[in-house]
Amino acid sequence: MTLPAGVRPFTDFASLLRAHGFAVAPDQTILFLDGLRQLGPRSITDVYRAARALFAIPKEREDEFDALFRAHFLGQTVAAEAEGQEDSVEAREAAGQDETAEMDEAEDRPGDEASVAERLGQRDLASPDAEAKLRRSDLPTRRSLRHAPAKRGRRIDLHRTLRAAARTDGEALTLNRLKRQTRERRMVVLIDVSGSMAEHTEGALRFAHALVQTAERADVFTLATRLTRITPALRPTPLGRALEATSRLVADIDGGTRLGPALAAFLSVPRYAGLARGAAVLILSDGLERGAPDELVEAVRRLSRLAWRLDWLSPLASETGFRPETQALRAILPDLDALVDGSTPERLAAHVKILGTLR
Amino acid sequence: MSVRPRINGIETPEALAQALEGAQYLAGEDLATATYLALALGKPLLLEGAPGVGKTEAAKALGAVLTRTVIRLQCFEGIDAAAALYEWNHPAQMLEIRRAGDTVDLYADRFLLARPLLQALRAAETSLLLIDEIDRADPEFEAFLLEFLSDFAISIPETGTVRSATPPVVVLTSNRTRDLHEALRRRCVYHWIDYPEPGLEARIVQARASGVARETAEAVVASIGLLRAEPLIKPPGVAETVEWAEAATLLHAQGARWPDAFRRAIGVALKDQDDLTYVAPRLDALLPGEAA
Repeated sequence: MTLPAGVRPFTDFASLLRAHGFAVAPDQTILFLDGLRQLGPRSITDVYRAARALFAIPKEREDEFDALFRAHFLGQTVAAEAEGQEDSVEAREAAGQDETAEMDEAEDRPGDEASVAERLGQRDLASPDAEAKLRRSDLPTRRSLRHAPAKRGRRIDLHRTLRAAARTDGEALTLNRLKRQTRERRMVVLIDVSGSMAEHTEGALRFAHALVQTAERADVFTLATRLTRITPALRPTPLGRALEATSRLVADIDGGTRLGPALAAFLSVPRYAGLARGAAVLILSDGLERGAPDELVEAVRRLSRLAWRLDWLSPLASETGFRPETQALRAILPDLDALVDGSTPERLAAHVKILGTLR
Repeated sequence: MSVRPRINGIETPEALAQALEGAQYLAGEDLATATYLALALGKPLLLEGAPGVGKTEAAKALGAVLTRTVIRLQCFEGIDAAAALYEWNHPAQMLEIRRAGDTVDLYADRFLLARPLLQALRAAETSLLLIDEIDRADPEFEAFLLEFLSDFAISIPETGTVRSATPPVVVLTSNRTRDLHEALRRRCVYHWIDYPEPGLEARIVQARASGVARETAEAVVASIGLLRAEPLIKPPGVAETVEWAEAATLLHAQGARWPDAFRRAIGVALKDQDDLTYVAPRLDALLPGEAA
């Protein structure tokens, strides 16, 4: 099939968008051409508006789209890829990762020759298949609005009862019942990857990986000097690949701690704050905040109001008789639902299992 | 696509913007174009944006322009097919069986309670279906909706399939508390509604609140702009701007002095205690100055 020559720039633009990672379906291209015909188009603005609306360009990729549009139709050079923006609040997505990354590397590490740091890492990695594993039934749940047929339920299933009654001359002999279903509760995990947490970071990421693999609705962010959403990077099932993708995504690993500002950044993005609403929020951090804790306290207070539960898991809490010493941690204590040991993946998983038993 | 049956003599996006203005809705050019395309191409219109930028209002105004009744489906977490499509009126059926026994047709139309999607489908020519806050519904419902939006048919096992010859006018809104599925966005004409430009917002204030002077409207809009730049939990939407201007004008008419009238009415603009305490120390700098 040949297209009229005049159409070429527009179909080419669709291909260009696709090449830059926009999800453009063929029927959207057709729709775009139809839309242009409807509009005239009388000006380049018409073309621009039609493209925005009909290719359904999401708000956060607007700048990237604008640059491509200008480059394609107006012959201007692409000034800056939106990808490279140094915006600390933006989630960095792990799109287009190469499929050839090597497989699981966590299990075949020679223990004898390991350096001190590696040994520490090794300890965190011990017994990968034991308690660090999470099952779907371990996860916290909430009651859904939906009803399903059940032996014993509060509500009468009129539909079924009636159908049964119709077979017995309108006499309802049994009452069918409905029960509220339970659904998985959303979980949000915020991992402190600053320098002071260095030896626990890998364990925390392993736990996060296990969680993302199991849970239907879990989101993971790393915090240090910036906020990065790493959920997509944790999606690949092999642990090694997921960790590799994560380390590529997180630019501030082992950096300084700015917990307060990072949490505030989390809350200032409505989409992220929305994730925390009614969710089980876990913060994995030692709470060693430099500077005044005011911002941290404020952020934690807001987060605890949004969340179903806000639990702080600190590796320092593994010692018996642990008392929160830092000013920051003491100040936020009233707003936390729990401050518990988060030193190993097993501990973290065990805590999730405890959450799973709560109603 | 030479016929545009759904646009009552509206030939261009500008004409649509004009018509919307007649319905008390001031639309930006981008929104007018997106809406026009949705109508001309027979596609659902998906409006996303922060709460309070006037997404639902846009749909209602569009309904007025097209002289169609707006049928609204408010989404919520756990919304199911029964709330969206139809339900059988079981108590009535039960009574009927008891009264008339076997002879009754249990699945007659009078026992069918049509919910918004079915209502809209049955009156596709005269109604506008507004699916409000789709982001609140579960992903499963979104998938179900996807099917509805591509077929515009509802099958009722007991009686058969209800189908509409022409696709109804559909507007979806989302506050973007979560990302919608790509497949849903793909089926729609998409527009992100931003907070209006200051000039446009001032005009909106005056159109909505008749008693507000132009200077007051402009001052309020400038101040609201500053407030939206703050990291607030609930940034004020357009409705808040209008109410604030209205409330302050009212207090002023009762003798309050200008900056003070705004200060006393701040509760209609900022509706969160934390936000209020957050801006309190710097409130003077944020308030509109002398107005009128």
